Amino acid sequence: MLTNLEWLPPPPIDFRSRLKVLRAEAAGSLQARFLERLTALAATALDESQLTQLAGIARLLGARAEAVHGLSNVTLGLAGDGTLSLCVAPLVGSGFRHGLRLDVVEGQYNSAVQEATDPVSCMHLAGLDFVLVASDLRLLGLDRAATSPGDADAKVAEAFGRLRLIADGLRRSVKSSILVQTVVPPLEALFGSFDRLHPGSPFAMVAALNRRIADWASEGAVVVVDIARLAADVGLETWHAPHHWHASKLPFDPMLVPLYADVVARTVAAVLGKARKCLVLDLDNTLWGGVIGDDGLAGIKLGQGSASGEAFVAVQQMALELRSRGIVLAVCSKNEEDAARQPFRDHPDMVLREDHIAVFQANWTDKAANLRAIAETLNIGVDALVFLDDNPAERLQVRDALPMVAVPELPNDPSLYPRMLAAGGYFEAVAFSDEDRERASYYQANAQRAQALSSSGDLDAYLASLEMVCSIGRVDALTRPRVAQLINKSNQFNLTTRRYSESQVEAIERNPARHAIQIRLVDRFGDNGIISVIIADKANDTWTIDTWLMSCRVLGRRVPEAALNHLVAAAKAEGARWIIGRYIPSPKNRMVANHYESLGFIEIQAGSAETLWRLDLEAYAGASSLPMQIDDGALAAPKVPV
Amino acid sequence: MSRAEKMEQVGEIMGNVFDIDMPPISESTSAEDIEEWDSLHHIRLIVAIERRYKVRFSNPEVESMNNIGDLINLIEQKLGR
Repeated sequence: MLTNLEWLPPPPIDFRSRLKVLRAEAAGSLQARFLERLTALAATALDESQLTQLAGIARLLGARAEAVHGLSNVTLGLAGDGTLSLCVAPLVGSGFRHGLRLDVVEGQYNSAVQEATDPVSCMHLAGLDFVLVASDLRLLGLDRAATSPGDADAKVAEAFGRLRLIADGLRRSVKSSILVQTVVPPLEALFGSFDRLHPGSPFAMVAALNRRIADWASEGAVVVVDIARLAADVGLETWHAPHHWHASKLPFDPMLVPLYADVVARTVAAVLGKARKCLVLDLDNTLWGGVIGDDGLAGIKLGQGSASGEAFVAVQQMALELRSRGIVLAVCSKNEEDAARQPFRDHPDMVLREDHIAVFQANWTDKAANLRAIAETLNIGVDALVFLDDNPAERLQVRDALPMVAVPELPNDPSLYPRMLAAGGYFEAVAFSDEDRERASYYQANAQRAQALSSSGDLDAYLASLEMVCSIGRVDALTRPRVAQLINKSNQFNLTTRRYSESQVEAIERNPARHAIQIRLVDRFGDNGIISVIIADKANDTWTIDTWLMSCRVLGRRVPEAALNHLVAAAKAEGARWIIGRYIPSPKNRMVANHYESLGFIEIQAGSAETLWRLDLEAYAGASSLPMQIDDGALAAPKVPV
Repeated sequence: MSRAEKMEQVGEIMGNVFDIDMPPISESTSAEDIEEWDSLHHIRLIVAIERRYKVRFSNPEVESMNNIGDLINLIEQKLGR
């Protein structure tokens, strides 16, 4: 299932001709829905040759003056052991499944250490966003048993030291993350079961090394790509191909290249915040056996000791588990709404309850329209949705209408649904914060707010009824991860789209010439968490806003006005007379073109690349009675960090 | 399937692997005749053949191949005809 990427539909018969059309457009002029057509073609079970052919399009797109809206340009270095060349083009092709236009820079054969430590090596000069360090036990010397526990420790330490050397050597030339693969253990046992206990066995040494890699990633220094686990998932017997190693130093069986490439691509996408966020579930024969409208509560198969009933319980259990780690759940079903909701309310074996579902679309409209509605209600893109449906015709309809929605294939046997959904890796994550944990509830609360708004006619009355508390504070170590996440993910309500890594944010916090605040919003329905970040540069009598962004979850709540009240107070307290705002247009931030104007700034410089706006602090009247309680903790002078 | 049909299939596979419109191939076509056929593409070609015909070649077998004719002989051997 994994090896053949069976969660993806087979490539179309006319793959080559579709490819030719896309290639011609990439080299010439892009026609309508280019990205959708490219994504639709990529989201199939392409083999290594087809992925390589698709990769050619990345090069052509890279040569264009303008980036393709929706595709992130990423330069990925590939450093490590053995022949990695076979993976390069497939990585690029796989990138298109995950919204990435990859440029892969391959290191010199077996020269990872040299390239990392030589400050003018190709790797250092390539402008890398990421680097993947791929090592093999045979070149780390761990395929030879150690002679004693002390020797085993030394060998593992040396292998780990080599990885650190490569990572630390490259770090200053890598803008985003360093990805480190875990090492695949050998298939052949030295003793047998005793290998696990004997520290000097290759098996035990690789396990020890992988534990150190995991600890290293837990510290935040690197991101793990768990290739050891992937190899276990397909089976070491399938993974290892000694004849290919001996002949060409291929580290694993080349038939696994498409799977490997997809796993790496999805990890890079996850770091960039491009993993999927919402699982939309069909009901009949997906969450229970049978059709609720026909079979009724007593007739559907769910739990109760029947094999298929138990299988459906497991599907629901998986969905619930995903929800508890921050994935939002929605329902999209062709049913009368009452009938569809009945099992959630009354069936004793239902694991999922109405409370777990953020948006419940049960009607007779086509599913694509419903999926669009779900995305709109949650205020996310359709490219954040995964749609699970047992019916191949429905899957086809959705894939045709909404190529950006991920629609995994499902096997006939529901026992295998969880496996197939997991195989797609749609919800890959590289970190897990309290915010993530609560995300499903945030979205649910938001959907409730949307309903409250539509039922109240008066906007001000509605806002007041939300009982909002707006807390403004400095960016600090506690808030920094979420702040960095917002800085890197916000595209729409983002005045300048400046991106900073966590360490750059830390430097900003410590810089007395910069004022960096985060804003948190709580309301009657729940805690929205940190939803806005503002960074201003202080000069003598003028503060200039470097970054002003806000989560689209809280549009229309008058948070920007509260933020401006704070900024003016803070700037005046330090003797400033003006605040300058800068708007740098991007393909995604048109919504804030008039942001400064709406806040009372005057345009002082117009241009296509950026517009400047100025606010006279003396003349500023302040936003009158905002419908929220303000807790401003960022006005006092900051404590000097010890 | 006749040998000629196999030849056509192999030509198609080569076209996909090398990403070119293949010229007609014959029994004696070898890496010297096709510019794109370097060592990396050779590995990829073998892998593509293995996948298409669901066979596995050993190193000695791969090393013994000098041209398309040899390749097709090996495929036929593996497929039992």
